[in-house]
Amino acid sequence: MNNTNQNGPLLEVRNLSKHFGAVRALNDFSMAVRPGEVVALAGDNGAGKTTLIKAISGVFQPTGGEILLRGQPVTFATPQEAREKGIETIYQDLALADNLSIGANIFLGREPMRKAFGFLPVLDRKAMAAAAKETMSRLDFHVSRLEAPVSNFSGGQRQAVAIGRAVYWDAQILIMDEPTAALGVPEQRKVISLIHQLKAQGRGVIFISHNLQDIFAVSDRIVVLRRGVQAGERKISETNHDEVVKLMVGG
Amino acid sequence: MTSTSPVQPAENHVAPQADHGDPARSLISRIAEGRAWLFLAGLIVCFEIWSRLAFGATFVLNPFNLQSIAIFAVAPLLLATGQTFVIISGGIDLSLGFIMGLAAVVAAHATNMAGAAIPLPLAMLAGILASVIVAGVPGVINGLLISRLKVPPFIGTLGMFGVARGAAFLLAGGTTVPVQNSWFALLGNGKFYGVPYLVIITAVFVIIMHYLLSQTRFGQHNYAIGANVQAARRSGIDIRGHILRLYVLSAMCAGLGGALYAARFTAGAAQAGEPLLLDSVAAVVIGGASLFGGSGTIFGTVAGALVIAVIQYGLVFVNVEPFWQFIAVGVVIIISVLIDQAQRRFSGARQDE
Ligand SMILES: Nc1ncnc2c1ncn2[C@@H]1O[C@H](COP(=O)(O)OP(=O)(O)OP(=O)(O)O)[C@@H](O)[C@H]1O
Ligand SMILES: [Mg+2]
Repeated sequence: MNNTNQNGPLLEVRNLSKHFGAVRALNDFSMAVRPGEVVALAGDNGAGKTTLIKAISGVFQPTGGEILLRGQPVTFATPQEAREKGIETIYQDLALADNLSIGANIFLGREPMRKAFGFLPVLDRKAMAAAAKETMSRLDFHVSRLEAPVSNFSGGQRQAVAIGRAVYWDAQILIMDEPTAALGVPEQRKVISLIHQLKAQGRGVIFISHNLQDIFAVSDRIVVLRRGVQAGERKISETNHDEVVKLMVGG
Repeated sequence: MTSTSPVQPAENHVAPQADHGDPARSLISRIAEGRAWLFLAGLIVCFEIWSRLAFGATFVLNPFNLQSIAIFAVAPLLLATGQTFVIISGGIDLSLGFIMGLAAVVAAHATNMAGAAIPLPLAMLAGILASVIVAGVPGVINGLLISRLKVPPFIGTLGMFGVARGAAFLLAGGTTVPVQNSWFALLGNGKFYGVPYLVIITAVFVIIMHYLLSQTRFGQHNYAIGANVQAARRSGIDIRGHILRLYVLSAMCAGLGGALYAARFTAGAAQAGEPLLLDSVAAVVIGGASLFGGSGTIFGTVAGALVIAVIQYGLVFVNVEPFWQFIAVGVVIIISVLIDQAQRRFSGARQDE
């Protein structure tokens, strides 16, 4: 860990761009997240929100600009590299393997192994199930069939699995792409209270949502994207719904 | 804290159970998962009754029959273990049959050539090793085509089917290549307490493959890739590397199949695996795997391969015209897919709209 930069931002992007051929999905975009801060990312459909977080999390290579982690410039060739640096992303289109259990999904790509008969390396399914149970109950989801594939669960429950995975791996920066979009009201509340918990633990959260109510309930700051460029940035305590909507649609 | 509305802490919720655990349903789905074995048992009972009624003789208690069925199942099963991995990943390998033929020819040539220089048992091992390694080459090409150049598995392996076929016939000079090696012949036809060596080797190999699929990261990632490549990629799984290793593995299974074929017939033939490709796919499907990827087990495939072998051998045993074998196996494939659909409906799994 690098402690030279304690009060500075956890994560900062400077002049980040991502072009898909002629489409400038993201252009010269800058923002920062400090420890214990929740930053909301708002913008119309196609504004470039998903593209931004994919560029941050190593899914896309940015066309230009830089990403700084605790003040140090970083590049992520793969999502794995971003995860190793403590950036967990929960994608809009859920990234779960439906045929695997909750535990197997939490550990996908970094499964714990144990030695059977003292020599034979095998998957440690017990450890995976135990971690799944513990993590899910922390999110207030109580699951009896830990071996059941996640295809048996509802959309909200699966969202909780995805969030659980990030929580389990103790990510310092969580990026959530519309984590409440597919959820019923009680489950939305749970996610919001979960974000409060993450904030209280000093993690940084980037939270994409189309729901201004959610944004105002949980964020410290809001950054608005419009057609790939930053259209404005406000402290939540100093703005209101109308102003944010104006920033989103322009004019 | 700038947030204004106080949000209840998570501990205050009394959430309902997040899943719908129902022991009766789990039991049904467990039975359905073992359906290939039930099917096999039913089939054996049918042939037993048929055989007793028609000839007054036992079918299944006859050790000769059991040996023959096991020998029958060896080659398709070896192809099918590799095919199981490939199908679970959402792919298919159509080149396995002729990779097996190529490997059989290589095994024959290599054993003969090595036999001129080194002791026969070593020459036998050299022949087997050479055939498995040579079989890996089309596997590497398949893997690179599919993982790097994004060629669909069906097309890439279909191309390799032709290439391996041509190479095998060229290497064999258009005929079969006899093997001059008594050890190799013994391996292919000898027995240990009544159990053919071929069956023992295959059983050990199948257990290793079961371990690989069910207990290792490679196997776990294979299931994940078959269900959701994107999720697997985002989880940091090296998809390209995995796909490459996957097709090399399946080609090497066919390589071992070719070597054992050459041992059994003391000859290598380019067409050794020609009729076995479809049997291998059928065994995987009868064994409960979905052709859409994401599900399947090695032991299911073992049952599938045995179902096919019992049908083929059983129909010959009860004196039915051999052409009925094709019809019977075809019907079984269709029935097992229908059962699979029904099982999805009953087991509480997510259904298609
Ligand atoms: N993989 C891709 N290839 C080409 N163009 C893309 C790709 N992904 C996104 N785009 C384009 O980039 C632009 C921004 O899309 P993006 O998904 O980032 O929007 P968004 O703000 O997340 O929208 P929404 O609110 O609907 O999720 C769109 O014009 C989209 O068509
Ligand atoms: Mg989006």
